[in-house]
Amino acid sequence: MKQFFAFIRKEFFHVFRDRRTLLIMFGLPVAQIVLFGFALTSEVKDITLTVIDQSHDVNSQQLVSKIKSSSYFVVSEAAPGFNDIAGAFKNGTAKCALIFPANFGSDLQHRGRAPLQIITDGSDPNTAKTVVNYLTAITTAYQQEINPGKPLPYLIIPEPRMLYNEEGNGSLNFIPGVMALVLMIVCTALTSVSVVREKELGTMEILLVSPFRPLMVLIAKAIPYLILSLLNFILILVLAVFVLNVGIKGSIVLLFLESMLFIITCLSFGLMISNTTNSQQTALLLSMMGMMIPTMIFTGFMFPLENMPGVFQVIANLVPSHWYFLIIKAVMLKGLGFKYIWKETLVLLGMTLLLLTIALKNFKTRLS
Amino acid sequence: MSTVVLDHITKHYDQGKVLAVNDVSLQVGAGELFGLIGPDGAGKTSLFRILTTLLLPDKGQASVLGYDCVKDYRQIRNRIGYMPGKFSLYQDLTVKENLDFFATLFGSSINENYALIKDIYEQIKPFNDRRAGKLSGGMKQKLALCCALIHKPEVLFLDEPTTGVDVVSRKEFWQMLKNLKQQGITILVSTPYMDEAVLCEKIALIQGGNILSVDTPDGIRSKFPVPLYAIRSDNIYQLLTALRKEPGVDSSYAFGESIHITLNEQQTNMAAIQQSMVAKGHTQLSMEQIQPGIEDSFIRLMNQAQPAIAWQRK
Repeated sequence: MKQFFAFIRKEFFHVFRDRRTLLIMFGLPVAQIVLFGFALTSEVKDITLTVIDQSHDVNSQQLVSKIKSSSYFVVSEAAPGFNDIAGAFKNGTAKCALIFPANFGSDLQHRGRAPLQIITDGSDPNTAKTVVNYLTAITTAYQQEINPGKPLPYLIIPEPRMLYNEEGNGSLNFIPGVMALVLMIVCTALTSVSVVREKELGTMEILLVSPFRPLMVLIAKAIPYLILSLLNFILILVLAVFVLNVGIKGSIVLLFLESMLFIITCLSFGLMISNTTNSQQTALLLSMMGMMIPTMIFTGFMFPLENMPGVFQVIANLVPSHWYFLIIKAVMLKGLGFKYIWKETLVLLGMTLLLLTIALKNFKTRLS
Repeated sequence: MSTVVLDHITKHYDQGKVLAVNDVSLQVGAGELFGLIGPDGAGKTSLFRILTTLLLPDKGQASVLGYDCVKDYRQIRNRIGYMPGKFSLYQDLTVKENLDFFATLFGSSINENYALIKDIYEQIKPFNDRRAGKLSGGMKQKLALCCALIHKPEVLFLDEPTTGVDVVSRKEFWQMLKNLKQQGITILVSTPYMDEAVLCEKIALIQGGNILSVDTPDGIRSKFPVPLYAIRSDNIYQLLTALRKEPGVDSSYAFGESIHITLNEQQTNMAAIQQSMVAKGHTQLSMEQIQPGIEDSFIRLMNQAQPAIAWQRK
């Protein structure tokens, strides 16, 4: 047992004396949170809108001022000609154009219907769709306003609500994703590199020749990274709550335990990689490329899994971070208890046990 | 009973493509200071790794302290000390931390066996708080030796401990090994330096995975079968070229400032060679019969074992 603690102490020395390790360990999560929180937001704001008003009446101007007052659009005051739209789209001065035909107001009042053209920049389809939705919503609201007490016959008014995230905070979706990603990178990469470094340096030879059991070498290697990863997890949570205003609805203890399980999954992965590689570069490349890309794609926080072909959905089920993502979303955002996530937990637990068994079984008590 | 036994050990690498150790049999007695002498790539490290249970031999049996290197590897690991050829301590840990860690790892402590490492440790003690990566080559080796010794092993395996170390440190190092031997520790040491061979009690010359000879250093030298001569002149290079064309000369190689030669037949007279050289215009010739050294024996044994591959100095 004394050997065990001496080993763990040594491992902490390695981490704290290597700036690069520290940077990956604690710089990465901060960078990811800030990036995803502020730079890579999927919300659309300040869209430049060009208005071509050929009718110049009360209705068209009322509608334009409504659009102006929303935070989504910046209406360019210059009223260009019809033919300038294509140019404005090309040089990027406009993302969207709104065209009122002549007699918009009188058509609306006398004939009861008036066309309104919305042109968007389809080279960015996601933004274009969002823009159309916003404009449609504003137009519908205006329509209601000018027809008070005159309900249109058979009118269906959808009233959408975004449950668990009423204000449409984009951070909610990626926080669990970033947690999965960061823990995966930190645990897997750092653990595998730290074992392989001993092989490269030749210290593994002495460790193997010592009476200290080879399996204990692996476990003693993993424990410091487990502790550091838990600290990391707390750091991410604190950033999420205080910087990005994401509330934790469920039990923190449950969140902590589930994260610990996932960290052990990642550590097992790292140990498995370290068993099969002999250079730090290979280990780093394997854990970064082999883990990061599947985590990004198949976790579900960047690309919706439901739209993927069946084969990829099956693959997604094999990625541990996918299950962790489901668990964290349920506990953190929806505030659900253990009885709603026991299935996911069981899958993750099964994966962990399998990986750990493979890692420990394959550890060589000799050099080759 | 011998402390270390190698019985017809063969080891290949790369699925049998590279032969590292070829049918080697050796015995090292208890308390011996045994040297494995051979150039780089001779198979020294492979033998050490087999004995320290880090590698499995393809064929043959090996044992240390009576324990089988394959089956009883755990018992062996509890009883030996090993210093690998590459400097293998933690560069980012200080001298003291390294020593502490290895002492604890081997279930001991610095205080417990301090007497054993005292002589060596005193020399690096002033650098206790310096990181191992920042030590000089000789000090690194001393620290590595301390770490290999700290648990009082019964057998000590030192793989090229003096490679890359300055001459003074090398001398000190060998003095330390002699002191350790007096404590009853069996020591196996490998080195590519022939001049270190005489410092061992018993040596094995190894080349290309084959053992050429096992004996005491004096025994190996006395087994040199023919007279050996040293020739000098004011132009060594031209003399060497001329000697190689001389039919009566069996082998010739530069050795420091002179050329060592052996003759083809006993009948060939040294005087005849001298006459021939004088006739070819070599001046200031001097020659004498000398006692063969370990290196002379090694070169001769190696040329016999592999006559096809010429030794680079021949």
